[in-house]
Amino acid sequence: MASVTFDHVVKRYTSDLTVVKDFNVEVADKEFMVLVGPSGCGKSTALRMLAGLESISEGQIRIGDRVINNIAAKDRDIAMVFQSYALYPHMSVYDNMAFPLQMQHMKKAEIDKRVKSASSSLGLGNFLDRKPRALSGGQRQRVALGRAIVRNPQVFLLDEPLSNLDAKLRAQTRIELQKLHRDLGTTFIYVTHDQVEAMTMGDRIAIMNAGILQQVGTPGDIYDHPANIFVAGFVGTPTMNFVAATVQDGVATASGFHVKLPKALPAAKGILGFRPEAVTDRIPDPDSAMEMKVDVVERLGSDQFLYGKVGGDSVTARVDPRIKVEPGDSIKLGLDTRTLHFFDSETELALL
Amino acid sequence: MSVVSPATKPGSPATKPVNLERRSLLSAIRPSRAILNIVLVVSAVFWLVPTIGLAIISLRPESLFQQSGWWTALTAPSQLTLSNYQTLFAQGLVARGVLDSLITSLEITVPATLLVTIISSLTAYSLVFGRWPGRSVVFLVIVGLLVVPIQVALIPVVQEYRVFGDLSGFNPFGTIPGVVIFHVAFGLPFGIFLMYNFYSGIPKEMLEAGRIDGAGEWQLFRRVALPLGLPAAASLMIFQFIWVWNDLLVALIFLGNNKHATLTIFLFEQTRTLAANYWIISTGAMISIFIPLIVFFSFQRYFVRGVLAGAVK
Repeated sequence: MASVTFDHVVKRYTSDLTVVKDFNVEVADKEFMVLVGPSGCGKSTALRMLAGLESISEGQIRIGDRVINNIAAKDRDIAMVFQSYALYPHMSVYDNMAFPLQMQHMKKAEIDKRVKSASSSLGLGNFLDRKPRALSGGQRQRVALGRAIVRNPQVFLLDEPLSNLDAKLRAQTRIELQKLHRDLGTTFIYVTHDQVEAMTMGDRIAIMNAGILQQVGTPGDIYDHPANIFVAGFVGTPTMNFVAATVQDGVATASGFHVKLPKALPAAKGILGFRPEAVTDRIPDPDSAMEMKVDVVERLGSDQFLYGKVGGDSVTARVDPRIKVEPGDSIKLGLDTRTLHFFDSETELALL
Repeated sequence: MSVVSPATKPGSPATKPVNLERRSLLSAIRPSRAILNIVLVVSAVFWLVPTIGLAIISLRPESLFQQSGWWTALTAPSQLTLSNYQTLFAQGLVARGVLDSLITSLEITVPATLLVTIISSLTAYSLVFGRWPGRSVVFLVIVGLLVVPIQVALIPVVQEYRVFGDLSGFNPFGTIPGVVIFHVAFGLPFGIFLMYNFYSGIPKEMLEAGRIDGAGEWQLFRRVALPLGLPAAASLMIFQFIWVWNDLLVALIFLGNNKHATLTIFLFEQTRTLAANYWIISTGAMISIFIPLIVFFSFQRYFVRGVLAGAVK
């Protein structure tokens, strides 16, 4: 059990190819930290540096108080679950799970005890003699988890462990992983490109883009107070609406509507952001009402999303699913002013 | 091409165009499959006839050799006898006899094969999974060595052996280790090439998982790479065994004056005398075929397909 600290960590392959830039994150003991970002953002590289599979170009990584820059992967006391599972195909499920313990020269009886208990808690008790090729994708994934669990490591690393599962199994495993985290009481560091996984599983989320850490915070924090346009657009489905707007005397004016800002801002041009759920068929304030020309209607049963134009801007709205709307219709919508965001168009940082 | 007539089976749903298409496809496959089988059988017979002839010659009495062709035995199987083999083996372990040569051949081939397989596997592991600079250059140089013909190296190696002998007191020239070293050196480029290509197909994450699981490089090699590479190692062993086993040139040059000759030298020497030693040649050749066959069949079970199945998604 230990905290993990990334202290000004840099990964540079060549002088002009830097994939992780000045990365600073502190993961608390027993925390479930999710590193999330689009592919190629450096999240996996950060994890692999922690695992000891990549060298660290600059900065320090610490597990607890121990600097691990120059400690071999095998001595870092971490376990990792790979996206591809990376099971040993020539070994049975039992041997796959026993392998890390055999490497520690653990006694046979103790290995047996640990493998049996891990496999039964993962529902693999009947498959111990099977080879990985005789298992389903979900079972392989659990063997990979089991191989990590038996070691009782200080830190658990998971590199997109769910991306090879089908949607239903993924949702189920998401819940199981959270239970596992609670039961083990170990620090988890989880890498994914899927913001839903990040939002649902993480105690805290670290969002990365192009090698740069964008924001660290709880899921609620990040959803409600995104630090910049990238974070605001990355988190949430459908994605946040962004429209160019001008602020004057506390009122933001876009091409198709204007809205009074909840907080005074200096006069500026910028980007107004609001989530689809802030645009509804309820009209709290007639002043900020807008007229949408609907292009596409998405009915999900519980929700109904409208995609269309307000003035010159594309806007997504979430309306009551019982309202009948057809593409081509015009509909009057209201804006909830409590969840408005305003971003500087130069720096893309949140001003509101 | 066969054409399906729509009136073959009245009442069958032959009106559906999909069905028609499928049936004409099936009937098109059958004749081509037959042709394929015929071609296979003919070429197999072509390949096998000389060997079968040799086998029958070795099983006929020497006296019959001058009188009639081996194929007469096909209609008169009573001609067949094991007497040639008995006579040949009766010589026992006389130097430059067949049994002595058999042992000499094994003494060269087995170590040469094992050494090439082990060294190639280790080298390829380091070239593929190691983390030292210049790996690809080293690999390229090794592949480049594939084009060096054995004949070019014979004289320089003999000279090197002499220099080595002057320095160390042991000149490998004319000894079995001398032949083994030569075969290992010339077997390695291909062996490394083969193992390199196979190891390159092993997902890197599997080794990374092993590293995180606490395995050192030696354990990773022994517990992960080596077992996964068995199919490649088995084919390498078979290739290498057959090459060294069938080698005459190197053995003749390095071992020609030795008291003990290899099986190939033994057979070669029979042809030099003009006397009719055909019974020895055919019988000895059969013996020399037999050993690689055993090797081949005992290793072929390692050619398991899809060893890597289930490793990664």
